[in-house]
Amino acid sequence: MKKVGLRILFYAAVVLLAAIVLLPFLWMLISSLKTQVDIVAWPPKFVFSPTVQNYYKVFEEQDFIRYFINSTVVALFAVGVSLLLGLPAAYSIARFSQKRLALVILLARLMPGISFLMPWYIIFSRLGLMDTYVALVLSHVLIALPIVVWIMSSYFETIPIELEESAMVDGASRHYIFLRIILPLSGPGIITATTLAFIFSWNNFLFSQVLSMEKTRTLPIAVFNFLSYADIDWGGVMAASVTIMAPALVLTMIFQRYVVSGLTMGAVKG
Amino acid sequence: MTQNSYADSNIRWIYPLPAILFVALLMVFPVLYTTYISLTNWTLTSGAAPSFVGLDNYAQVLIEPRFLQALWRTMVFTVSAVAVEAVLGVAAALLLNRAFVGRSVVKLLLLLPLVATPVAVGIVFNLFYDPTIGLANYVLEALGLPPSSWISAASTVIFSLVVVDVWQWTPMITLIVLAGLAALSDEPAEAARIDGANEWQIIRLITIPMVMPVIITAVILRLIDALKTFDIIFAMTGGGPGYASETLNLIGYKYSFEYFRMGQAAVILVVLFLVVLACSVAITRLNKRTAT
Repeated sequence: MKKVGLRILFYAAVVLLAAIVLLPFLWMLISSLKTQVDIVAWPPKFVFSPTVQNYYKVFEEQDFIRYFINSTVVALFAVGVSLLLGLPAAYSIARFSQKRLALVILLARLMPGISFLMPWYIIFSRLGLMDTYVALVLSHVLIALPIVVWIMSSYFETIPIELEESAMVDGASRHYIFLRIILPLSGPGIITATTLAFIFSWNNFLFSQVLSMEKTRTLPIAVFNFLSYADIDWGGVMAASVTIMAPALVLTMIFQRYVVSGLTMGAVKG
Repeated sequence: MTQNSYADSNIRWIYPLPAILFVALLMVFPVLYTTYISLTNWTLTSGAAPSFVGLDNYAQVLIEPRFLQALWRTMVFTVSAVAVEAVLGVAAALLLNRAFVGRSVVKLLLLLPLVATPVAVGIVFNLFYDPTIGLANYVLEALGLPPSSWISAASTVIFSLVVVDVWQWTPMITLIVLAGLAALSDEPAEAARIDGANEWQIIRLITIPMVMPVIITAVILRLIDALKTFDIIFAMTGGGPGYASETLNLIGYKYSFEYFRMGQAAVILVVLFLVVLACSVAITRLNKRTAT
């Protein structure tokens, strides 16, 4: 009898936990399907007739597709450059246990972005790079690169060194080994790094807020600008929020296993 | 498969070199530049060339009440958010650390807040906190409690922001600790169970101490990130009402990109930088000592 009671209590706790996690997502989705009249109703309406007019409005009026493309371009290039720079660095760090080197790159992960943003603003202005993809991509590489290095150096360490040694006996160069043996074996690690780097670039607000203007504005900034404090169009804002979150959430669901291992990796290794 | 012996024997610095140069150019140099700016009286709006003023900016900014309050508020926000997250996160991990129906679904749900775009999260919580139509006051009313002003009053705004941080980042601690628990061996717990220990004793005296290094690492990561919280606060309150939710990050942003007082802004950024650096070093030292 006591056992059944504990079971029920346990599941109640789990359901409560899940409900708390889900509530903001659900409320965002529900509100995005409401008319303004239904949104401002008190007490809050849980039953209503859904409409997609908010989404229609977002894509129609707000030039949203352009911001969506901007975000995608910036994130893809940032991840690409980060892999190009980060994979060889991570390999070297893993094979030659370059702890200090790793620390320098990881500092970029620890330091507050705003402490290098002001100099960037000044320098990019002088170079005429404000509101260009170049400036945004460079800044986002600084977000993505430490993620790639952190995840991939841990991953490369798990690949048995015997593989390389036998290839070296056969006369293969280290460069050849890295390109033809190590990288092809690193698919799961690269998926993890790419997914997380993309998501964190996609979600970034601060860098784009300062370095982008009309031409290269990314989605988070566009959504934020959607808020006008005088009279908030909550339905539109919520539809915009759903749209901006969707890619990160979908990627996470597809690559669930990789995202978990990426987020927990460094901390558990000890 | 030609052997390039020079590149091959120097691969240990050729491979990391581009990444290091990139970080030096985009991070190390700017931080030094910020430090230099902090010693000048540069304002972008005046158009005058910056001149060297030594530590004048520091003398001015470091005693400003607005700065000191932001410094204090940053500490309060960080410590209270991370403390709550640590307790709830570890508790949730212990709860979920068993086989049950729907476990994989719950683990997927835990991932969602971590990847949710912070600006959008802030906006949804703004809707929750809205004094006239928000769900938060509806819940209070349903529980028979008086409504709160949430983010629109100076007395409650920090607490309300902590709630958002707790919602978004507690799952991070839970997932890390769950992974740590999965890596533990069952033997000590089994042995204790045979010796007649009850479940609570096993958790308190065996499981938690064994997983402690992982908990500490998770908390450190969270502390450093919480110190730097920007998106959520900027999107939800912009530092208001008044200056009531200004943290170092917010005030650094405003001095730089709203007032364009570069010299003074740089002082704040240097302080923020040093606070994060000091915390990183201190807690890593602490971690090493407890782990060994």
